[in-house]
Amino acid sequence: MRNRQLIHAPEPHEAFEPRIVAFFCNWCTYLAADLAGTSRMKYAPNVRVIRLMCSGRVDPQFVLDAFAQGADGVLIGGCHPGDCHYQEGNYKALRRYHLLQRVLRQMGIEDDRFRLEWISAAEGDHVRSVINDMVEKVRALGPLQLNGMTEDALEEVAV
Amino acid sequence: MTAKPKVAFYWCSSCGGCEETVVDLAEAILDITEAVEIAFWPVALDYKRDHVDAMPDRSIAATFLNGAIRTEEQKEMARLLRQKSELLVAFGSCSHLGGIPGLANLFDRESVMRTVYLDSPSTANKAGVFPQTHYGDNGRTLSLPAFHNTVRTLDQVVEVDYYVPGCPPTPRILRTAIQTLLGGDRPAVGAVLAPDCALCEECPRKDTKPETLSIPEFKRPQDLLIDEQSCLLTQGLVCMGPATRAGCEASCIQGNMPCTGCGGPTSRVQEQGAKILSCLASLVESKEDAEIDQVLNTIPDPVGTFYRYALAASFLRRKTLPRVQVST
Repeated sequence: MRNRQLIHAPEPHEAFEPRIVAFFCNWCTYLAADLAGTSRMKYAPNVRVIRLMCSGRVDPQFVLDAFAQGADGVLIGGCHPGDCHYQEGNYKALRRYHLLQRVLRQMGIEDDRFRLEWISAAEGDHVRSVINDMVEKVRALGPLQLNGMTEDALEEVAV
Repeated sequence: MTAKPKVAFYWCSSCGGCEETVVDLAEAILDITEAVEIAFWPVALDYKRDHVDAMPDRSIAATFLNGAIRTEEQKEMARLLRQKSELLVAFGSCSHLGGIPGLANLFDRESVMRTVYLDSPSTANKAGVFPQTHYGDNGRTLSLPAFHNTVRTLDQVVEVDYYVPGCPPTPRILRTAIQTLLGGDRPAVGAVLAPDCALCEECPRKDTKPETLSIPEFKRPQDLLIDEQSCLLTQGLVCMGPATRAGCEASCIQGNMPCTGCGGPTSRVQEQGAKILSCLASLVESKEDAEIDQVLNTIPDPVGTFYRYALAASFLRRKTLPRVQVST
């Protein structure tokens, strides 16, 4: 049967800590995050980074699956326009981002939960500011409660 | 003489087109009734639920169930037929992926009810009466099945053995599926009984699809005179062919209309809507935010376009609405 496991919903008394999945490209943003680390910059610990070869490798399925499996936000980081290691990958990411954002909006998911940023290998500080800013915005929105995942899944499990 | 294997057909949340496919088998249905006995088929034969209740468990060789699951009664019948059948086949887009009824997952039960029983221009319901699950009348209690908040695919409710895709499946797909199931060499459980490649593979316009393609703006079928020879994507139409399973013999394209995706995804894809989104977005010509936005404005309803048949089967399943109503 095609049903997913129930997502752990935080108890009301637990402080909400956003879970953010970040897809960073191997050539720019991942190196920037590495630089932020080696430079001992402090930023919010709410991001789980997944390294991909290119932001153009981010299949919209990955983003939707991340949300469905409990992410409160998804961040994509790629090389600045014109700097893509594969020439065009970040432009494809940009176009997909815009269309996927429209789909998410129709599905009731707020814009601030999905973000695309160009961060070069030298911009460790930009990684910090983007992550801190996104964590605060998602914190203000609260946990993403997908009623397709909770209500009906509960009913399916109960009977 | 040994008894023929029993086959059942049932209809849940759908339009009835899948039943029409069975009728459209025409003379071929005689070959099928040669080989099997139709034990339950409410749309055509006078068997009732009691007959099914009386059958031993797993005594039906295969049940072809079309339609999504939207009401309590449909859920109950799906469970009953699962129990009585050796094989349960999700027949057609609605039971496979949610289908057109699955688009109701962009709304909740309350807004569906309001539209149907209050707001639609043809409705006269001054007293504001809505369907109730129970109603007392002269000491008798009448009941109606509860209406769920969310439309579900068949496999979100019970275990499904095989899928027959299409809205509706073509008679040829159905015939092949029945032959496959009757034959000794069944595919692995969970298989979709149709070719496992994209529709573009069997499209008669395949050769006109260029190596590279960029789309300056999207068009809807009513916006242009559609050329009958060239690939519909090159004409700027949203054709779901690249992300849709083959098997329908490109019927819509033969009728000079773009594929809308009823065949669902191939086995390598989890979510059809995300895949066609990915494909079409990357074909957009522009590299600037404002221009990209302008091009994307030419797709007025992305979810309704990319998830026309598969919203209920998508990762998110339904629109997230602020108020959560538990279905009863």
